[in-house]
Amino acid sequence: MLGDPSRRAIFETLARQPSSVGELAERLPITRQAVSQHLHVLKDGGLVVATAVGTKRIYRLNPEGVDALRLYFQRVWDDTLTSFQKAADQAATTPKETP
Amino acid sequence: MTTTTVADLHGQATVDMTVDEAFRFFTESIGRWWPAEYHIGNSAMVDTILEPQPGGRWYERGADGSECDWGRVLAWEPPHRIVLTWQINGSWHYDPDPARASEIEVRFTPDGPQQTLVELQHRHLDRLIDGQTMHDAIDQAGGGWSSVLQMFAAAAPQRQQQS
Repeated sequence: MLGDPSRRAIFETLARQPSSVGELAERLPITRQAVSQHLHVLKDGGLVVATAVGTKRIYRLNPEGVDALRLYFQRVWDDTLTSFQKAADQAATTPKETP
Repeated sequence: MTTTTVADLHGQATVDMTVDEAFRFFTESIGRWWPAEYHIGNSAMVDTILEPQPGGRWYERGADGSECDWGRVLAWEPPHRIVLTWQINGSWHYDPDPARASEIEVRFTPDGPQQTLVELQHRHLDRLIDGQTMHDAIDQAGGGWSSVLQMFAAAAPQRQQQS
């Protein structure tokens, strides 16, 4: 669900600050219409929820957060292990200190 | 309190090292490869330290010399297995209560004469979820969770280019 770069950007923006569709469209290089579509997918997936504030709908990460948390940590571990692998590759190809 | 069942998370990497080398590189050199953006201290992180024994500390050291705990070593079985606790709560603070500690297990398995498969499992995420602070952090704007995501987001474009 976060494989899509736009959806990931929306997810990350909402993690920092709950926002309306218009605010997201302003901050990100995505049209309002596309933002709405992505939010729909994220909402169906249980990652974000919407609340009505005045005439606006404000989107935020789902406070029940199970899936949001899982997705977040999955990326942390993907990133961390990629970093480990790269560093290990470098260390493995560095000539050993043999005479 | 309701018990939420949260599926474990998995990750893996294959490295061109023997099991022994991979274990040592993972543990002794963790400060060299741990992504600098994943840390909780106020000061920029300069090192990550994993004390090589059961009960050992897992912590970061900041540029100002301060130390922040992340968890403890539960099992230390070189060169095949380590189990650590991840005691970072929803406000991205160390939570000393072991009842709210999630666990990380890392296994090192030979995958050829000079290759090792490193598998990571992050489990008991439900303990973090049940922790009220995790709930609150996600629920409110500007929580500690958010600031880590900010760092995370800053690092993300580089990854996109690489993939």
